[in-house]
Amino acid sequence: MGIEGIGARVLRKEDKRFITGQGRYTDDHKVAGMHYAAFVRSPHAHAKIKKINSKAANQMPGVVGVFDGKQLTGDGIGNIICGWMIHSKDGSPMNMGAWSALATEYVRYVGDAVAVVIAETLAEAKAAAEAVDVSYKVLKAVINAEDALKDGAPQLHPEAKNNTIFDWEIGDEAATDAAFKGAANVVEMDIRNNRLVPNAIEPRSALAEYDAAEDHFTLHTTSQNPHVARLVLSAFYQVAPENKLRVIAPDVGGGFGSKIYIYPEEIVCLWAAKKARVKAIKWTADRSEAFITDAHGRDHVSKAKMAFDADNRILGFKIDTIANIGAYMSLFSSSVPTYLYATLLSGQYNIANIHCNVRTVYTNTVPVDVYRGAGRPEAAFLVERMMETAARQLDVDPAELRRLNFVREFPHQTPVIFCYDAGDYETSLNAAMEAADYANFEKRRKRSARKGKLRGIGMSCYIEACGIAPSAAVGSLGAGVGLWESAEIRVNPVGTVEILTGSHSHGQGHETTFGQLVSDRFGLPSENVQVIHGDTDKVQFGMGTYGSRSGAVGMSAIEKALDKVEDKAKKIAAHMLEASEGDIEIKDGEVSVKGTDKKLLWHEVCLGAYTGHNLPEGMEPGLKEGAFYDPTNFTFPAGCYICEVEVDPDTGTTTIEQFVAADDFGKIINPMIVEGQVHGGVAQGIGQAMMENAEYDDSGQLISASYMDYTMPRADDLPSFKVSTTETLCPGNPLGMKGCGEAGAIGSPPAVINAITNAIGHNNLPMPASPHNVWAAVQAGE
Amino acid sequence: MYDTTYTRAKDASDAAKKMRAAEDGQFIAGGHTLLPTMKQRLAAPSDLIDISHIKGMADISVSRKDVTIGAAATHASVANHSKLMKVCPSLCELASHIGDPAVRNRGTIGGSIANNDPAADYPAAMVALGATIVTNKRKIRADRFFTGMFETSLKEDEVIKAVTFKAPKSGAYAKFPNPASRYAMAGVYVADHGKKDIRVGVTGASSGGVYRAKNMEKALAKDFSADAIDGCKVDEGDMLSDIHGSAAYRANLVKVMAKRAIAAAG
Ligand SMILES: Cc1cc2nc3c(=O)[nH]c(=O)nc-3n(C[C@H](O)[C@H](O)[C@H](O)COP(=O)(O)OP(=O)(O)OC[C@H]3O[C@@H](n4cnc5c(N)ncnc54)[C@H](O)[C@@H]3O)c2cc1C
Repeated sequence: MGIEGIGARVLRKEDKRFITGQGRYTDDHKVAGMHYAAFVRSPHAHAKIKKINSKAANQMPGVVGVFDGKQLTGDGIGNIICGWMIHSKDGSPMNMGAWSALATEYVRYVGDAVAVVIAETLAEAKAAAEAVDVSYKVLKAVINAEDALKDGAPQLHPEAKNNTIFDWEIGDEAATDAAFKGAANVVEMDIRNNRLVPNAIEPRSALAEYDAAEDHFTLHTTSQNPHVARLVLSAFYQVAPENKLRVIAPDVGGGFGSKIYIYPEEIVCLWAAKKARVKAIKWTADRSEAFITDAHGRDHVSKAKMAFDADNRILGFKIDTIANIGAYMSLFSSSVPTYLYATLLSGQYNIANIHCNVRTVYTNTVPVDVYRGAGRPEAAFLVERMMETAARQLDVDPAELRRLNFVREFPHQTPVIFCYDAGDYETSLNAAMEAADYANFEKRRKRSARKGKLRGIGMSCYIEACGIAPSAAVGSLGAGVGLWESAEIRVNPVGTVEILTGSHSHGQGHETTFGQLVSDRFGLPSENVQVIHGDTDKVQFGMGTYGSRSGAVGMSAIEKALDKVEDKAKKIAAHMLEASEGDIEIKDGEVSVKGTDKKLLWHEVCLGAYTGHNLPEGMEPGLKEGAFYDPTNFTFPAGCYICEVEVDPDTGTTTIEQFVAADDFGKIINPMIVEGQVHGGVAQGIGQAMMENAEYDDSGQLISASYMDYTMPRADDLPSFKVSTTETLCPGNPLGMKGCGEAGAIGSPPAVINAITNAIGHNNLPMPASPHNVWAAVQAGE
Repeated sequence: MYDTTYTRAKDASDAAKKMRAAEDGQFIAGGHTLLPTMKQRLAAPSDLIDISHIKGMADISVSRKDVTIGAAATHASVANHSKLMKVCPSLCELASHIGDPAVRNRGTIGGSIANNDPAADYPAAMVALGATIVTNKRKIRADRFFTGMFETSLKEDEVIKAVTFKAPKSGAYAKFPNPASRYAMAGVYVADHGKKDIRVGVTGASSGGVYRAKNMEKALAKDFSADAIDGCKVDEGDMLSDIHGSAAYRANLVKVMAKRAIAAAG
């Protein structure tokens, strides 16, 4: 592997600039003639706009324009779309309501943008935004998904009767019902997956520049996928044709999914720059704006039941889910409660019959979309809460119940589309149990009991799907795009290497890990390798980073391009060294003929490629190769998490005494970065399990709209994690990688809740398990 | 933030004068309550009159049991004051758990009690310690100073100069932090002043702001032990109820924190 090759713990190259405060985020970019945007937002969850009076605002100092939704749509700016078509089980296409970047007739959540003020300074823009007088006719709002389906519920969109976007199913219902008929035991549960606010450390931001002479736009923005942003801004929102729009996503401070989508603010800033005839417009969300405009995550309610035979083997699993999608359909919102969720309801288990029905509904809340894990945490939570509950009800050890039902042969076709390609679930389970000293838990429980504390242990054997995704497969399921990735390797005449990738790094450390592939292949030091990403003018079209795809898909594209570079370099070297191509070896920065002392330095070959003085007959000069990689299957990271807690019954305070993660991510390029991903993911999962909750009041005001009320996990809430990995290689991609970015957030919530419910002795506990909720559960009893 | 005019006061009477001259002025000390509300455009004072640079205003003096803490003394300086630590460690302990290091290095005791946030920590200490609030106009007993949540008996142009108190025989503060903000959900300060004079200050929990739990004080005067308050009722009806905890939960926390404080004061 070499000291900087595959498998090495190379320190993150990008951290120097991040830690010394020299990162360049969108808001750090400033240009001459830059103006500022401030948005006028709805204070109501549901209302009809009667009148917008911007006269006073228009006359305030510094103001160059106040624009509303009628002007926006009048200029032909298209509605915001959801790019994944889902059909209801009756065959009808999903009922998508119109979403204009600035509301035209109705507002549908608190924070819905109604107008924008463009002014010379931010203070002037904000002051004028307050002076825009909007009169509303306030309508009744609906917040909960179940309520939205009730007769007489307020209706949000004329397109979606009963607020229902689709009523979808997966699996064979008749066969599943039949399996339940023959069951010895049936375990039933109601499960709610709480709504979360993404809270990236860098709030969203946009800097839209307009060059009137060229009729050309440049957008700096906080995006996980700048090419997708450009495509959608051009093709659907008609902001500008792709060749007249450059999108740059510079350093981005965390995304977690919330920066995949193209939001109203980017569209409006681009459009308004031209409309107001200013050079540039900057908008940066403040934290309060982020809470009420960044797409939220999760928010499912489900009824589930699982059937077992007399030997405790699972016969069937049936689930009925209602997913709250918020006021509008965000870019990938429809895929989350369907193909990213219900396809994983087989868990790590051999289940012959599964049926899941999903109704997706509009409510007067912030739109809900992909958030770290996206559908997979909801599935893992259901399956693993169910397994734990079943074990308790059937009176078997939870580990044994899982062991008995594990999938053991691969490939394994589940009844919900996915075909698991490789895995070894028992090895992860054993590794986790050993690391957690599971065998001696009872001793520890007694010790806690002597102090008046309740101790509990819980596990979660999660599986997820990463490496999204085979383009044809997702196309057949409704995706509006392909999910391949691109790479270009540009070798410079002096032998240094640039990797141009369609992936985008916003915390994942690509500048380090991607470089390791080059170091590994040619034996070059990492400082000779540069990763270039995030700029549509520099980098070929790419699909961006989400769904833990940048390793399995993005790095596979790099590998393919490196194959081509290596091939050409060997041809050139063979020609220069008068040897046969098959005998050429590239190692440690040297290109040699096997078994001889004939060799060239790497840079001599590169220079040869560019001088073109002595190339094989007919070969083009240069050393630069591109590749597109389209995966053949999803990848299936899996593992076992064990959480052990101590509950103070007097206050409900729950401390995590230990947290063990044993993950199988396939091939690991940089173990240190993988551990960091698991730490962050688990912290986020513990956040969901014990702290975080987007809470609305009945009128649709988000009550937990600041850090005074929205509990983020902090370092002192968390234990030192015990993480380890086991390895089964993914057969579907050249490196055998599976992906590690979301596992922590997927696998941990059920482990935590299983542990706390084990401690308090019953299942009657809502998530998040806040001190109050735990105390109330202890008080209430079963 | 809206535009505002910032000035520094030379002394307390200068501060009061500047306040009277201002259209809609506010004193500012550490700014850790006031500035966030201004940034959120929830407050728009015409003038900010900074009292934190007034000479002597941040001093802390301890002479035998007599303690004087200047209004502009930061939480960090209270937490780390070695003489105070000797005579009244529980107050140092309280200050060391307010907010985070940035808050502790800027926020002041005067700002905290003037603001009288129902979830702030210092008010519980002030009533339990039987402190006196010294202003440019008068001396006010803590019991009369706090008049309801975010309400005090301070006049418009009244500046807190210092708080004074006699260190108790023993005391302790037990705080249950709100999981999100880490202000107090329930904070109980128990101080034993000797001669059966026990005071129990409760913050965080009540809709009326800080209060003295007189029933606990009585019970503790007879028997200073955690068990002694078993029979003391905490009225749920007075308690705050929000997304972090019901009234019943807060009533429970008051009792639990009181017991922990009593045990620690021991
Ligand atoms: C992140 C964060 C966490 C926090 N956590 C806690 C916590 O856990 N517990 C807690 O108790 N507090 C907490 N606080 C509040 C903190 O302690 C504040 O600093 C304090 O409450 C106010 O003090 P200040 O000096 O900052 O006052 P300022 O913000 O400057 O002023 C607050 C108010 O007091 C008035 N005022 C200030 N000084 C005087 C004076 N001498 N005379 C008359 N009026 C005056 C001002 O006019 C203003 O109305 C937290 C604050 C933050 C930002």
